[in-house]
Amino acid sequence: MGLIENRFDKNIIVTSADYFINWGRANSLWPVTFGLACCAIEMMATGMSRYDIARFGAEAFRPSPRQADLMIVSGTITLKMASRLKLIYEQMPETKYVMAMGACACSGGPFVKHSYSVLKGADLVIPVDVYIPGCPPRPEALLDGLMKLQALIKERTIAKQSV
Amino acid sequence: MNIQEIADKLKGRFGDSVEFVPVATGDSFIMVKRESLIPEARFLHETPELYFDSLMCLTGVDYPDNFTVVYHLFSTRHLHKLVLKVSGAKDSLVQSVSGIWPTANWFERETYDLLGVKFDNHPNLTRILLPDDWTGHPLRKDYQYPKTYQGCPCEI
Ligand code: SF4
Repeated sequence: MGLIENRFDKNIIVTSADYFINWGRANSLWPVTFGLACCAIEMMATGMSRYDIARFGAEAFRPSPRQADLMIVSGTITLKMASRLKLIYEQMPETKYVMAMGACACSGGPFVKHSYSVLKGADLVIPVDVYIPGCPPRPEALLDGLMKLQALIKERTIAKQSV
Repeated sequence: MNIQEIADKLKGRFGDSVEFVPVATGDSFIMVKRESLIPEARFLHETPELYFDSLMCLTGVDYPDNFTVVYHLFSTRHLHKLVLKVSGAKDSLVQSVSGIWPTANWFERETYDLLGVKFDNHPNLTRILLPDDWTGHPLRKDYQYPKTYQGCPCEI
């Protein structure tokens, strides 16, 4: 979107284009296949038929970060994994979103105090858009987080930002 | 055989280097000297009436003045168990028992990785759980928590 973003003032054409672009972006999120620990099991359950994340247009889990625009950080991030997490995030094309799923990805969770090997939250290495608490969050919570993210996306605009 | 009989048998063969420590709650154990660990382990493994063919678990404990390595042995033929301990000063070498029980190979690497107990004659004493460039042994009481690891902050 680099070509048209930040070039026009806000007017009726731009806001209509915004509506259309955001509609497309929010309803076709492609998550990167990325499970780190127990929370990933819930994420897989969310992808399956019972909870069916396809209802919200986010069912195309991509094995390559270059084809994905949503990272669901589902699980415990060990310090060894932290630099890899950052690398995968950097490989994803703009525009990209991050959901921190579960207590571990939000803050270190059960490992926050006495662990020597766990990163205390994904936001220490990458920017996070939506935090989903729980250990693990139920699939409903993940879907709620996804809808929150869609609401965030729908507020975006390509118009010039006043600085 | 119960642990008292096993201890008597071991004492009969090795004398004073074996100490039987009864514990009221939990497992009684046998404390052996560091120097005689290998012949004693071999004896436990090879004597037909003892026949401890399985090393169930090998761990270490960081006490204020020494390291203790704990061996949990089991015999699949006689179905008896034994807790064996050997202790030494913080930086002393403990002989590796991986030549007797091959499972000890990875157990000893883990004990080395997390506690820094050094095992002599081990075929490949390198880290097994933590990354190779990790500094220190995290389960030691005097472990210093790192501030960053590979550029990622370790604390909040
Ligand atoms: S938040 Fe709980 S369920 Fe999720 S990865 Fe951490 S420990 Fe596992």
